[in-house]
Amino acid sequence: MDFAFDEDQEALRDTVRKFLEARSPESEVRRLMDTVEGYDPAVWAQMANELGLQSLALPEAYGGQGYTFVELGIVLEEMGRVLLCAPFFSTVVLAANAILHAGTDEEKAALLPGIASGETIAALAFTEPSGRWDADGITMVASGSGDSFTLDGTKTFVIDGHIADLLVVAARTQGTGGAEGVSLFTVQGDAEGLTRTPLATMDQTRKQARVDFAGVAAKPLGTVGNGWDALSKTLDQAAVGLSNEMVGGAQKVLDMSVEYAKVRVQFGRPIGSFQAIKHKCADMLLEVESAKSAAYYSAWAAAEDSDELPVVASLAKAYCSDAYFHAAAENIQIHGGIGFTWEHPAHLYFKRAKSSEVLLGDATYHRELLAQRIGL
Amino acid sequence: MDFRDTPAEAEFRAEIRAWLDEHLVGKFAALGGRGGPADETGWETRVEWERILGKDRWIGLGWPEEYGGRAADLSQQVIFDEEYAKAGAPARISFFGEGLFAPTLIAFGTPEQKQRFLPKIQSVDELWCQGYSEPNAGSDLANVQTRAVLDGDEWVVNGQKVWTTLAHRAQWCFLIARTDPESKGSKGLSYLLVPMDQPGVEVRPLRQMTGSAEFNEVFFDDARTAKSLVVGEVNDGWKVAMATLGFERGTAFLSQQLGFQRELADLIEVARANGSIDEPRIRQELADSYVGVMIMKYNGMRMLTNLVKRGVIGPESSIGKLYWSNWHRTLGERAMHVLGPEGQIIDAGFDGDYELNEIQRSFMFSRSETIYAGASEIQRNIIGERVLGLPREPR
Ligand SMILES: Cc1cc2nc3c(=O)[nH]c(=O)nc-3n(C[C@H](O)[C@H](O)[C@H](O)COP(=O)(O)OP(=O)(O)OC[C@H]3O[C@@H](n4cnc5c(N)ncnc54)[C@H](O)[C@@H]3O)c2cc1C
Ligand SMILES: Cc1cc2nc3c(=O)[nH]c(=O)nc-3n(C[C@H](O)[C@H](O)[C@H](O)COP(=O)(O)OP(=O)(O)OC[C@H]3O[C@@H](n4cnc5c(N)ncnc54)[C@H](O)[C@@H]3O)c2cc1C
Repeated sequence: MDFAFDEDQEALRDTVRKFLEARSPESEVRRLMDTVEGYDPAVWAQMANELGLQSLALPEAYGGQGYTFVELGIVLEEMGRVLLCAPFFSTVVLAANAILHAGTDEEKAALLPGIASGETIAALAFTEPSGRWDADGITMVASGSGDSFTLDGTKTFVIDGHIADLLVVAARTQGTGGAEGVSLFTVQGDAEGLTRTPLATMDQTRKQARVDFAGVAAKPLGTVGNGWDALSKTLDQAAVGLSNEMVGGAQKVLDMSVEYAKVRVQFGRPIGSFQAIKHKCADMLLEVESAKSAAYYSAWAAAEDSDELPVVASLAKAYCSDAYFHAAAENIQIHGGIGFTWEHPAHLYFKRAKSSEVLLGDATYHRELLAQRIGL
Repeated sequence: MDFRDTPAEAEFRAEIRAWLDEHLVGKFAALGGRGGPADETGWETRVEWERILGKDRWIGLGWPEEYGGRAADLSQQVIFDEEYAKAGAPARISFFGEGLFAPTLIAFGTPEQKQRFLPKIQSVDELWCQGYSEPNAGSDLANVQTRAVLDGDEWVVNGQKVWTTLAHRAQWCFLIARTDPESKGSKGLSYLLVPMDQPGVEVRPLRQMTGSAEFNEVFFDDARTAKSLVVGEVNDGWKVAMATLGFERGTAFLSQQLGFQRELADLIEVARANGSIDEPRIRQELADSYVGVMIMKYNGMRMLTNLVKRGVIGPESSIGKLYWSNWHRTLGERAMHVLGPEGQIIDAGFDGDYELNEIQRSFMFSRSETIYAGASEIQRNIIGERVLGLPREPR
């Protein structure tokens, strides 16, 4: 048993951290969050060309480097730490994995190299106005047969849906329900009949869009009617990825709190000497460390494609969602009035914590899913 | 990062399994892991079982071979605990001796002291109790007022200890006493080993809120012990006492989550049987407890990896103590939700002298777990000051 990152993994963390500190400082986050696109194409290209982040965990056969979810988790954690504004989670974690699990060899060969090279931005169009993340949440019907299908209806809350070159869409065949009949399709971002509307998001560091389909021609991804297992696995892996991302933000707000508590003096003493503040910080540390244990363990389970994955994915998502939100909220409280200002970054993390909690289903949802998965 | 056994670990695990398969039978297996800190269920059988364990050196497996141990490393010790818990073997009775005193003695004792005491712990001929707390020295342990003075080649001990668990069963007590009468606070204390069976020691049981009496008041009235039975230097016992606390908060709990997993599994069965498992609130609570106990396991593995790589467990052990005691306390509260009104009734009726069932006992006993071995408030201070580096409060 060995629960530690090895030297290469620590070196990867170091490289990514240095890059992100240089290219995604708070000033850049604030600049990009005010744009509709929400990312910097030059930084995106650098991520692909200089660091190989988009290709890191994709198989070598499709232009990737063949690293695992453990390395991907490290990258996501660092991105979460600085609130990187980029379509990384949507493209690399959601869309690429959906393609990887659902696609045929030819489809993968056609779609993944573009993602690996940073040329393709992709999104997973799963949720509909109900906001549900389970199979029953997919009500969009795909009509057609063979290789030619059309899609009608609405997908929304689609992360980076407005800038994606490629959309992976979850729909179902007529007359089916639940996991049965769920299918995946690919649609180009500029396809005819597609209307994409950027949504103004409370968390401005991660963009969402509504995507309306009116007779949009779509290509099947994998076998029609057989898509749920691939999707379900994608969602589990995404929960793992997001947990790791959240852990990065949670550690950052803890650092901010502790730093401030050491220097802010009231009543003639640093506020960190008061137990009311000190004990908050101690509880935050306990939760952040526990969130790390869960996130790292789940990354390993994803890397190993272990049978445990569904259980630990929900476990990590449930715990990390709560821990991050709690830490981000306490961070505001510990900062007093200054923590309530637009200028201070505390609110940026608070809002990211909230949007991450909701993304892929909140803690309550994942606890129920977990209950089912452990046979309750 | 790899959570699988190495070939050596797998081999060790197989050896333990085979041993347990062969020995954990009959009345020992029938105990089904029952008993515990506030539960003397099956005491005599547990003593008998523990002697079998000791004979094959499963007690003290981490000790050096010259003292009868197996020199097993920490990972091996955890593997043993895992297999032990999985097999549902009886709850251990030598926690204070094997778990707290022995590692302290190995770190600070003289060769003679180790030769004298370790074999008797292994053979379960001598049980130990921990004489730290006093009426005016709880969290503020350095305020100990029990005194010891040399009289020829013996120490003479006077004072009072309180909350002393299993003092009524123990042959020996490791205690801290003030040996420099001029001293205050953590200076001038010594770590003494005192035999319990003597006229100068009086043990009075204290009934706990669980109804049973596992802890005691212990009065020392000219109690005596040999001059040589000081661990570490005279007047420098604080360091030794703190090391014991480190073991209590640190390594001792690494495998505790296994017992907790079992307790949760049992509770899930109860919820299934009484139908409460279909209630959304109960499902949320049980799932959350499952999340919590698994994270306890992952935290433990991370801590163990650190420990193996760095050699010492630091103030991080406070995170573990704070975590498990809270988790278990919450489980107790949730168990009461699962039981509903049934949980309010004592099955044994009026005859049993407030004899609680396991779930009720755990619900009650867990209230003590956020108090002993360093109360939660103290753990938060330690985490805040020594891990996060926040300024100390004025003292
Ligand atoms: C929306 C808003 C409107 C406001 N409007 C007004 C206004 O109109 N007029 C005005 O005068 N002020 C106003 N304020 C200021 C407000 O009164 C202060 O923010 C508040 O008194 C806290 O002071 P602080 O921000 O300096 O935080 P600090 O006093 O620095 O506190 C920081 C943290 O330390 C904690 N802390 C401080 N001392 C202790 C202690 N002894 N023990 C334990 N914890 C401690 C605090 O609880 C807090 O969590 C407003 C604030 C806000 C957020
Ligand atoms: C079941 C059980 C078994 C025990 N077994 C043993 C044993 O075998 N041997 C032994 O020596 N002792 C034993 N103890 C005693 C235990 O170690 C003490 O109860 C513990 O150290 C707390 O001391 P106290 O009870 O005097 O409470 P106090 O120290 O008086 O604490 C009372 C409350 O004040 C809080 N408090 C104290 N100081 C601070 C501070 N600085 N900041 C914030 N809050 C503070 C505490 O957290 C607690 O909530 C046992 C206790 C229990 C409950």
